[in-house]
Amino acid sequence: MTLVHRLPAGAKLLALFVLTGVLVVLRSPAVALAGAVLVLGGYAVAGLGPGRLWLVLRPLRWVLAALLVVQWLTAGWRPAVLVVGTLLVAVTAAGLVTATTSTTDLLDAVIAGLRPLRPLGVDAERVGLAFSLAVRALPVIQHAFDEAVDARKARGLGRSTRALVTPVVIRTIRHAERTGEALAARGLDD
Amino acid sequence: MIRIDGVSHRYGDRTVLDDLSVELDEPRVGVIGANGSGKSTFARLLNGLVLPTRGRVEVDGLDTARDGAAVRRKVGFVFSDPDAQIVMPTVREDVTFSLRGRGLERPEIERRVSVALATHGLAAHADHPAHLLSSGQKQALALASVLVLEPDLLVCDEPTTLLDRRHTRRVARLLEALPQRVVLVTHDLDLVVGWDRVLVVDAGRLVADGAGHEVVPFYERLMDELPAHQGEP
Repeated sequence: MTLVHRLPAGAKLLALFVLTGVLVVLRSPAVALAGAVLVLGGYAVAGLGPGRLWLVLRPLRWVLAALLVVQWLTAGWRPAVLVVGTLLVAVTAAGLVTATTSTTDLLDAVIAGLRPLRPLGVDAERVGLAFSLAVRALPVIQHAFDEAVDARKARGLGRSTRALVTPVVIRTIRHAERTGEALAARGLDD
Repeated sequence: MIRIDGVSHRYGDRTVLDDLSVELDEPRVGVIGANGSGKSTFARLLNGLVLPTRGRVEVDGLDTARDGAAVRRKVGFVFSDPDAQIVMPTVREDVTFSLRGRGLERPEIERRVSVALATHGLAAHADHPAHLLSSGQKQALALASVLVLEPDLLVCDEPTTLLDRRHTRRVARLLEALPQRVVLVTHDLDLVVGWDRVLVVDAGRLVADGAGHEVVPFYERLMDELPAHQGEP
């Protein structure tokens, strides 16, 4: 267990929140660079190599590339690099937090952070549960997407968007329904 | 004792259970029937996931409509698709999640989780991502997450549908060995042929009720006689 692993989940979430806020508000190349150094230092201290970094960034690579191109064409190269750089730092920082913190600890930290909002009608436990369900749903949706791509190929439907989107949406909704039922069965809605 | 008294249930215009009355006191009860026969709805009645449109369901004196929360603490439920039951990203976290809000101290939670993982052959996978487990391991995790709560009654709705033969046998052995009462809805007749009591549900009605070795052959004859389209939803 490294120092980064041992830091309290609440402190890491707060640091992530502050870092992202500073990056977005100041929008400066120097700040983005400093953030990148800080985050990469965090990966090094946590013993996480380039492989882990790639795991975090890989799903976003096309989105980031598209964003870079669009920003470059519409606003010039400086804003393009700044926007994509800021996003890269924020995403890798979030990846560092999730890689070094158990979901249970993150859930506890989110719930503890939201508890003061109870008088305003915020149900901290419910928000925390929604947070963990969202994390859990990602591989399920990815799996549905991969199978839909294979099924589309198998049926010879080429690049049909409908053949891709329809089964993914239906399976995602079905998964949500079944998960809701399973949570109710476990008494989590009582 | 499970008491089902004059229960009917409808989804819109469709009647899925029709005036069902039965009392179940055996430690092992199987429920079999064709697709769309109403057996999954029957299972869901037992922990209040589905409330009857008419009639009454009691589990150990608790009314599922009036005492739903107490019933769900008493009755564990396992579904056919473990992916829908696994809530947390890692194996250990999912079992731990079941014990949240039960007023247990952290060391006691960790002890119970360790025992559950060892019992279900998941100790070596404790910190692995749940979505990378095999189907058999996922179903073992779903069972562990329910059984860690030590329910008095376990209801399983086709828990072996997505499993290969080896994992099906494993689930069967586990269910046989449990100290809890078990109600098992299944298409796998081998699982329940030796059980104390088996119910056959067909078109929302109870059409046979008896020991597994008597009822299973009756059900096989019934299915052989049905036209292919009948019994489908």
